[in-house]
Amino acid sequence: MERLLDIKNLKTSFFTHVGEVKAVRGVSFHLDKGEALGIVGESGSGKSITMMSVMRLLADNGKIVDGEIWFDGRDLASLSENEMQKIRGNEIGMIFQDPMTSLNPVLTVGDQLTEPLLKHKKMPKEEAYKRAVEMLRLVGIPSPEKRIKQYPHEFSGGMRQRVMIAMALINEPKLLIADEPTTALDVTIQAQILELMKDLKSKINTSIILITHDLGVVADVCNRINVMYGGLIVETGKTSDIFYNPKHPYTWGLLRSVPNPKTLVKERLKPIDGQPPDLLKPPAGCPFAPRCEYAMRVCMTHMPPLFEVGENHKAACWLNHPDAPKVEAPVGRRHE
Amino acid sequence: MLNYIIKRLVASIVTLWVIATATFFLMHAIPGGPFDSEKPLPPQIKANLEEKFGLNKPISEQYMMYMKNLLKGDLGPSLKYEGRTVNDIIAYSFPTSAKLGLVTVIVSLIFGTYLGVTAALNQGKWQDQLVMVIATLGVTVPSFVMATFLILVFAVKLQILPAVGFEGPANYVMPVLALGGYSLSFIARLTRSSLLDVIRQDYIRTAKAKGLSRYVVIYKHALRNALIPIVTYLGPLMAGILTGSFVIEKVFGIPGLGREFVTGIYNRDYSMIMGLTVFDSFLLIAFNFIVDLLYAVIDPRIKLEA
Repeated sequence: MERLLDIKNLKTSFFTHVGEVKAVRGVSFHLDKGEALGIVGESGSGKSITMMSVMRLLADNGKIVDGEIWFDGRDLASLSENEMQKIRGNEIGMIFQDPMTSLNPVLTVGDQLTEPLLKHKKMPKEEAYKRAVEMLRLVGIPSPEKRIKQYPHEFSGGMRQRVMIAMALINEPKLLIADEPTTALDVTIQAQILELMKDLKSKINTSIILITHDLGVVADVCNRINVMYGGLIVETGKTSDIFYNPKHPYTWGLLRSVPNPKTLVKERLKPIDGQPPDLLKPPAGCPFAPRCEYAMRVCMTHMPPLFEVGENHKAACWLNHPDAPKVEAPVGRRHE
Repeated sequence: MLNYIIKRLVASIVTLWVIATATFFLMHAIPGGPFDSEKPLPPQIKANLEEKFGLNKPISEQYMMYMKNLLKGDLGPSLKYEGRTVNDIIAYSFPTSAKLGLVTVIVSLIFGTYLGVTAALNQGKWQDQLVMVIATLGVTVPSFVMATFLILVFAVKLQILPAVGFEGPANYVMPVLALGGYSLSFIARLTRSSLLDVIRQDYIRTAKAKGLSRYVVIYKHALRNALIPIVTYLGPLMAGILTGSFVIEKVFGIPGLGREFVTGIYNRDYSMIMGLTVFDSFLLIAFNFIVDLLYAVIDPRIKLEA
């Protein structure tokens, strides 16, 4: 498999008046062509900031402090703004959480859809409109010739997210970054949007990075999953490994907070108590230790490395150290 | 849409009538009359004059007469300028005030918006601070101070601009600056705050994610959304500035409508006060109406419904 994206030791910080907030604290992962990767974690875990760093769309006070972002042979972290503009919307498309606010209310859908074509492909306006109509049809919007002249407020939430997807994919980018694409939608619409993304992934032959806090969403779409916590990747592995053989207590916590319709026993969902760490003063040890029921003394003082726990499966938890006490995972079903 | 326009037109006429009526009775409630002066006129002459202009009739009858003429668009004769009607005076003075006003509005709009955009895009940096200092000065310094200061510097000391008159483009520079200082500053502040709000919106991030340049993101995606408060301010501004400014016209010796208004009140020139008030109100109502129509053009979410 060919590498599309290779992130090496990415560190991103926000410089605020109270100090440096270390939002991403040394993240490394890669994505192969045609792959779908899920990045899972709660709010503030650094999952969105990691991908906004890749797009180089951080807020004014945000900065990539260290690391490399290799995308198709170029280090995005060192490109100029002008060179980045040629990549955004062309080689990397992005869709966002809230389709209700992500489209410009005063421009027609057609205007917004054709922009990437006019900008990157230098397509004549008429041809761009034809292509946009085609794209709207592809994402399942009925009577696209009529709809293309309308404004975003004339579309429902699910339809707007379809427009966003059409817009992100209109230039057939090599990578699609979807930042919580279904969070703001009704459950029934969520399933449709995910189905659409899976469908288009194979049609357009793009790779996907799906950012979400919902494990149920990634299970369906992604081959591999990165679990992030406190600005770090705490566990990474194939989707089946993460679901059936998780090795990090945080992943256990996440899995226990997802309802499982297959269990016949009525079981209470178990929330993870406590708050994520303050990244203004990141802890010296494992960021999850204060909330972890298995925490040992070493967890408070030393950051665990990513232990190799299986083929392409790593977890940053001291429990995986050979000298650690053996703990039975409270969740995860081995292959039955 | 058509329903809305008709409804608004009816409402406008009612508003205009209320203003005219209120002004009429308030004006007559002020002590003194048009023919009172320091040296009183002989009673017979005064009575003759009052009879000529119908001022000896009961006030209700005067009101009915005035309204009848107003419906025909006749604002009556001036009580002070012999042989001239209020319509004549407006026709003579308004174009001057309107020309100066229009240039001022255009200048304020272009430079105000530009300064506001610059400030917003450089929030917290020196450009922003400079614009805010200029804008604060512009809003706080009264126009007569500004006008005198400009004359002192450019007409007296540097001698590069004419101090008075209204003939060529050079005559516009100082009056426009003095007259537009406030509106320019106000628009700059308005643009800045409105744009700061807009550039934090999700759709701006979407526009950036499409690889659009900063220029397109700001001027195509952000500015149009930030325009609503500016357009709102533009309605009253147009009406206010087109009808002239007493101070500026006095200082620069410009024969505009503003000074007619003040002298009219000073002289108790009843028909002038009435005529100019009605004309002013008419413009204000008309511009506000245009602004409301513009909303629907700028923002497709706004539907004009009766």
